[in-house]
Amino acid sequence: MKRQLDLFKDIDKTVVVLYLVMVLMGWFNIFAAEITESNRSIFDISQSYGKQLLWIITAFILGATVLMIDVKFYPTFSYLIYGLLAVILVGVLFFGTEINASKSWFRIGGFAIQPAEFAKYATALALAKFIGDAKTRTPGWGLRLKAFAIIGLPAVLIILQNDMGTALVFGSLLFALYRSGYVGTSLLIVAATAIFLFILTLVINEFIIIGILAGITLVAAFVIRKKRHELLQLFGLFIILSVYVYTVDYAFENLLQPHQKLRIEVLIDEEVDLRGAGYNLHQSKIAIGSGGFWGKGYLQGTQTKYNFVPEQGTDFIFCTIGEEWGFAGSFVLVGLFLWLLIRLVNMAERQRSTFSRVFGYCVVSFMFFHFAINIGMTIGLVPVIGIPLPFFSYGGSSLWGFTFMLFTFLKLDSRRLDLL
Amino acid sequence: MLSPANTNYYVKRKNVIIGIILLTGLLFLLRLFHLQMMDHTYKLSASNNVLRYITDYPARGLVYDRNGELLVYNEAHYDLMVIPHQVRDIDTTEFCMLLGIDRDIFETRLQRARRHSPFRASLFERQISKDTYAGFQEKLFRFQGFFVQPRTLRSYPQPIAAHTLGYVGEVGPEVVANDPYYRSGDYIGISGLERSYEEVLRGQKGMRIRMVDVLNRDAGPYMQGRYDTLSVPGDDLFLTLDHALQIYGEQLMQNKRGSIVAIEPASGEILALVTAPSYDPNLLVGRVRGENYRELQNTPTKPLFNRALMAQYPPGSVFKIVNTLIALQEGVINLNTTYSCPGAYFSGGISVRCRSHPGPVDMLRSIQYSCNTYSCITFRNTIDKPGFGSIQQGLSNWRNHVRSFGLGQVFGSDLPFELSGLVVSPDYYDRVYGSRGWRSLTIISLAIGQGELGTTPMQLANLAATVANRGHYHTPHMVKAIRNQNDTLAGVESQRNQTTVDPRHFEAMAEAMHLVVREGTGAFSRIPGIEMAGKTGTVQNPHGENHSVFVAFAPAHDPKIAISVIVENAGYGSTWAAPIASLMVEKYLNGSIERHWFEQRILEANFLNR
Repeated sequence: MKRQLDLFKDIDKTVVVLYLVMVLMGWFNIFAAEITESNRSIFDISQSYGKQLLWIITAFILGATVLMIDVKFYPTFSYLIYGLLAVILVGVLFFGTEINASKSWFRIGGFAIQPAEFAKYATALALAKFIGDAKTRTPGWGLRLKAFAIIGLPAVLIILQNDMGTALVFGSLLFALYRSGYVGTSLLIVAATAIFLFILTLVINEFIIIGILAGITLVAAFVIRKKRHELLQLFGLFIILSVYVYTVDYAFENLLQPHQKLRIEVLIDEEVDLRGAGYNLHQSKIAIGSGGFWGKGYLQGTQTKYNFVPEQGTDFIFCTIGEEWGFAGSFVLVGLFLWLLIRLVNMAERQRSTFSRVFGYCVVSFMFFHFAINIGMTIGLVPVIGIPLPFFSYGGSSLWGFTFMLFTFLKLDSRRLDLL
Repeated sequence: MLSPANTNYYVKRKNVIIGIILLTGLLFLLRLFHLQMMDHTYKLSASNNVLRYITDYPARGLVYDRNGELLVYNEAHYDLMVIPHQVRDIDTTEFCMLLGIDRDIFETRLQRARRHSPFRASLFERQISKDTYAGFQEKLFRFQGFFVQPRTLRSYPQPIAAHTLGYVGEVGPEVVANDPYYRSGDYIGISGLERSYEEVLRGQKGMRIRMVDVLNRDAGPYMQGRYDTLSVPGDDLFLTLDHALQIYGEQLMQNKRGSIVAIEPASGEILALVTAPSYDPNLLVGRVRGENYRELQNTPTKPLFNRALMAQYPPGSVFKIVNTLIALQEGVINLNTTYSCPGAYFSGGISVRCRSHPGPVDMLRSIQYSCNTYSCITFRNTIDKPGFGSIQQGLSNWRNHVRSFGLGQVFGSDLPFELSGLVVSPDYYDRVYGSRGWRSLTIISLAIGQGELGTTPMQLANLAATVANRGHYHTPHMVKAIRNQNDTLAGVESQRNQTTVDPRHFEAMAEAMHLVVREGTGAFSRIPGIEMAGKTGTVQNPHGENHSVFVAFAPAHDPKIAISVIVENAGYGSTWAAPIASLMVEKYLNGSIERHWFEQRILEANFLNR
């Protein structure tokens, strides 16, 4: 009996409550998004909202199970779990089922499971273990490369499943690497510049950008004209950036698959392909925009019912919230996510073991990336990349995956004084 | 051991990360505020308008014959659609009266539509008449949630080539589930060319977004039609079919069961593809389709059965063409090899009877008189040829030759549902008799095209084309060209296939087949002024009267047409199938028929009740 009570001892209550609130809000909104006249019960197992309840209940059980496992388990078995998931990712390439052109699912009865969602968990464990064991604050290139390899392997396997969106998520671990000193501030700035120039290249002619860069370089050169060494670096930088801009343009025109190209094009100019990718984005904006301040009320949405907005209950679940709960509801949702994320950052910082801290940052990285990309795409700030909104979107794999991550971290946190 | 203070060397970076998170959240809230509070582009107008998505259905592509004669076109009609959740306060009595339906039916249909989707348009009444449509149009504003959707239906100026053209029907649920192009209620090609060229013919659906006010009145296009797309009509097909020849073939086959297939040897283009009995393709269109289909399905003569591609008959003596060519190729006979015929082939207590004909025959005469004795000897010599080691290898070798004629396998033509026929492998006999339990005599019926052999009429016509080409054939096909909306014609090429038999042997076979018509079993069907080469066949049929078979090509030295004719339960090949083939050839090459009595005899013949 004592042991049972111990289970939840020192578990961070705020995070648990936030988790419960978000999961239940998600369930109600999936119901609102997918409800049909003939299946009006939220418990109807034949419908996605009924299934989601099963996923939620099993997720709770999983969460409780995770809390019961001894805290030493995670660092000890990190690599084993990682290896196992890598094998499963290879397996799904051969024995998986194709859903929406991605061969990344295992089908069991009426449910489909996507191993890629669990690969995030495994990668977080492995990365935490690796950085924890390295015991250095100034990692050399060898260590850095190994860390990148740990992240890269599952990402490449997932790209092979033709699931670009999920693979991109692994890039978010840059934050965890940054906090551990594996990536410098300069690299973060370079990454930001690269993304900025990338989008700029797609909007403006590449030669104009190179022209602008040349202008900036000349002005800067005039300012630092006395420092010969830095002048050389400046011109080197200019050449690298110009080549980059030109390459991006070439890659965009020639290497991207048509549907990927379109998703970026519609973002820049919505008028492109109004019936296809642009249409989805437009419908999504109508739904959210029509919500106004207070929204149309629960189950009163007109645009998010059925085929107006695609992927209603999964990737575009935020449309339903935006339409039925308005700006007020959107505000609450964004607020909840910010609260949870910042709380998790602060919890990660209070860990005494590097393993726990890095793992915490991995959880933050993944969750933030999903949050940013998913909501960003529904309101037209980032290209349409099909990844779910944590705890809200319909789907068991995503919910289970994030539950695993969150509760593992909660357990690590509750024993932070025992672990070094 | 590093102290916590040391591991937290980069602790200030925490603030950068929190900064990025907060900045993102702020950016989202600003954007949401703009979308939801400031920008009215994305709000529907205050009069509570609802968007209605009306699919703009494209007209399916037209179908022409090889000379530009129209075979399939479209006619407009109207479907009454319903969006259940928009249905409110309507005068059901008046509605039902206008449509001529019961209240119960109204309720069940509405229920069904609601089950499909309360928010998506469902079909309520299919193909309402023009009068009903006119009446509705005026009162539509009183029937909220209902609207009229224009559609097109297939129509056929001539009731011909039903099996080839195929028909169109509503998509099934499994197609809707697997192909995002189709929605419930859409049409799709179900058989024939409508099926195999579905993606060419269907065109591209368009979508209009209309605003509809609370009174079910059209309030104009949404955002000035910026999000509308036009439908693109389907591409047109130009067939290889000659519609005059097709009509004539169907006439000749009236009151008969069987098939005619005519091919242009040089190209593999199918000139006529007759299946008898057939049906009027106009029967399988629109709201009467289901009922007519059931009726046709229950007709004892099976008019829905596409005999030309799917009926598999033993080829009978026609198969001697193949066996003799293989024997020549294998060197077991040459043109001078002569056997005497005592009126039957006797061996090991088995006898295969032969029809009486002038005495010892060489290769040419064996075909001319269709000598069974000659065929049995050469077949056994082919299978038992020294050097193979076993009967299995001998038969395998023979089978490879046979398959190179396109027999025992599907052509992969552009028509769906063709069957492969049957050319069995040694394994089959091993299973039946045991691997040591059979020899060439056991399978002697193959020598005369009986036994474990099945060929479709199209395969037999292709056999004639192969001899006409002296050793190769082009995969038979039905579509000559596709015309897209820019009026550009794209030709359809078909594959050239070479048989395993040397062309010089084919030269001899062509000569032998010429003899058949000039002074052999097919002499009755000589055409004045046209040199035809052919081979008769009479297929034993355990269930009744023999099937009459004939394959031919003409002119013998510069073939323009190759043909196969099968008339079920009609008797000898020379009496019915050969005359029909000769008439088809005469019609195609001369454009008209001189032998009127000959034609009359065929038109009057009736074998349906045999």
